[in-house]
Amino acid sequence: MREKILRIIEKNSKIGIDELAVRLGAEQIDVANELKALEEEGIICGYHTMIDWEKTSLEKVSALIEVKVTPQRGQGFDHMAERIYQYPEVNAVYLISGGYDLLVNLEGKSIKEVASFVSDKLSTLDNVLSTSTHFILKKYKDHGTVLGVKHKDEREMIMP
Amino acid sequence: MRDPLSEKCVALKPSGIRKFFDIVAEMKDAISLGVGEPDFDTPWHIRDEGIYSLEKGRTFYTSNAGLMELRQEICRYLDRRFDCKYDPRTETLITVGGSEGIDMALRAMVNPGDEVIIPQPSYVSYEPCAILADAKPVIINLKNENEFRLTAKELEEAITDKTKLLILPFPNNPTGAIMEREDLEAIREVIIKHDIYVLSDEIYAELSYKGKHVSIASLPGMKERTILINGFSKSYAMTGWRLGYACGPANIIAQMTKIHQFAIMCAPTTSQYAAIEALKNGDDDVREMAEAYDQRRRFLMSEFEKIGLPCFEPYGAFYVFPCIKEFGMTSEEFATKLLEEEKVAVVPGTAFGDCGEGFLRISYAYSIENLKVALDRIGDFVARLRERA
Repeated sequence: MREKILRIIEKNSKIGIDELAVRLGAEQIDVANELKALEEEGIICGYHTMIDWEKTSLEKVSALIEVKVTPQRGQGFDHMAERIYQYPEVNAVYLISGGYDLLVNLEGKSIKEVASFVSDKLSTLDNVLSTSTHFILKKYKDHGTVLGVKHKDEREMIMP
Repeated sequence: MRDPLSEKCVALKPSGIRKFFDIVAEMKDAISLGVGEPDFDTPWHIRDEGIYSLEKGRTFYTSNAGLMELRQEICRYLDRRFDCKYDPRTETLITVGGSEGIDMALRAMVNPGDEVIIPQPSYVSYEPCAILADAKPVIINLKNENEFRLTAKELEEAITDKTKLLILPFPNNPTGAIMEREDLEAIREVIIKHDIYVLSDEIYAELSYKGKHVSIASLPGMKERTILINGFSKSYAMTGWRLGYACGPANIIAQMTKIHQFAIMCAPTTSQYAAIEALKNGDDDVREMAEAYDQRRRFLMSEFEKIGLPCFEPYGAFYVFPCIKEFGMTSEEFATKLLEEEKVAVVPGTAFGDCGEGFLRISYAYSIENLKVALDRIGDFVARLRERA
């Protein structure tokens, strides 16, 4: 039941416990307990909303920044990642295999704001060797959802 | 001028609810629960293989029976999923959808005057295909109280010394009924006793929600008297690719392949390459889609319970078959009114045989959001009918 609950609410966190129970053929109380357990165990970390900011009047700029760092004795990359993820404008930080070490997803109001964050804050951190900033020009698909395209049912209306 | 038409063809009954279908086709803004095909797109990796085969210029005929690699994959699949063992060289024919297999099997197996038993409600093509093959259709009216399963008694009563073939359409369109192992074992005895053959249409086999589907061909003594029909349309959401297959005794498959060669040549090549990918790497897709259908099925059953429309719990395909007898209307009248007043399209049970009277086929090959809106409207409609009564 756990995996099925997660698969459903990953796509629709607004679903009610009653509907979840019906769809899974389970008792409401069991579903509620399972959700509570998933939250307590930190498996469910939050209930977010997917927003296509492009469609709003708010200016928003996203960037992906490749960061090369010197790992620190005894702490590996974790300490550096922590230094970076504390900034509220940082959306996500990943440790990456390959040509660089950390991938930072950043959001700002303008290109200028992002640029100054990188030059003033990120690249001046001790142990940051280099950065390479990529601005996101357009989001086609995010969190498994295709943005901006309305799905149309092209099947015949009725068919035996 | 002479009459250009064949009497046999002209005499074929057109679908009884053509008129209703025409009205629906005009209503562009209606919500439909009337479709008999999956709402999912064909999984991308399968489409990608189709595209790749085109890029590689694989645009020629295949052998009449179909690509050997695909036939091998089909046989492996039937073995691993349903414990049915077939030889890809002599016992397997790739067809243009399951429908072609049904037609070919009837043409290859019946002599004029042979009786073909067709349980109804069931898919619309069995009866006309039997007639076109010069067989005499014998209809069994399946019953709501048996959850629309075929019982040994019903079968026994329909058999005469002219009976050649039983069509076994489970999991069933339109009722969603299934035949479990003990149901099949019961009719198996009758089939063997009377030495008849079975055309088992298992196109919805993967969409079974009460344990794994059991194929009658896997029962002792049944493989040699069964033509198994299956395909890619429902399990892999590949309706438009038009690809199915028939497996059975080599002597029957050889005759079917002969007719198939003259009528069709071979199934579409692009679809065959895509289908190889489906069988090799598509098990997870099938499981995910079946899980989604199952959730919708439970949701619909719960909604019908709230509305108070009686409906046996169907464990197969993607249909529920609620009973509307309490309103004193025919299925077609009910469906027409529902369409006019609430703009919801469903299929009257009578589209699938006379014994579908008093029932509706509701398809859940739609998103939950879509089903919610439609079921709210059906609920309002039913409440209004009850007030008027």
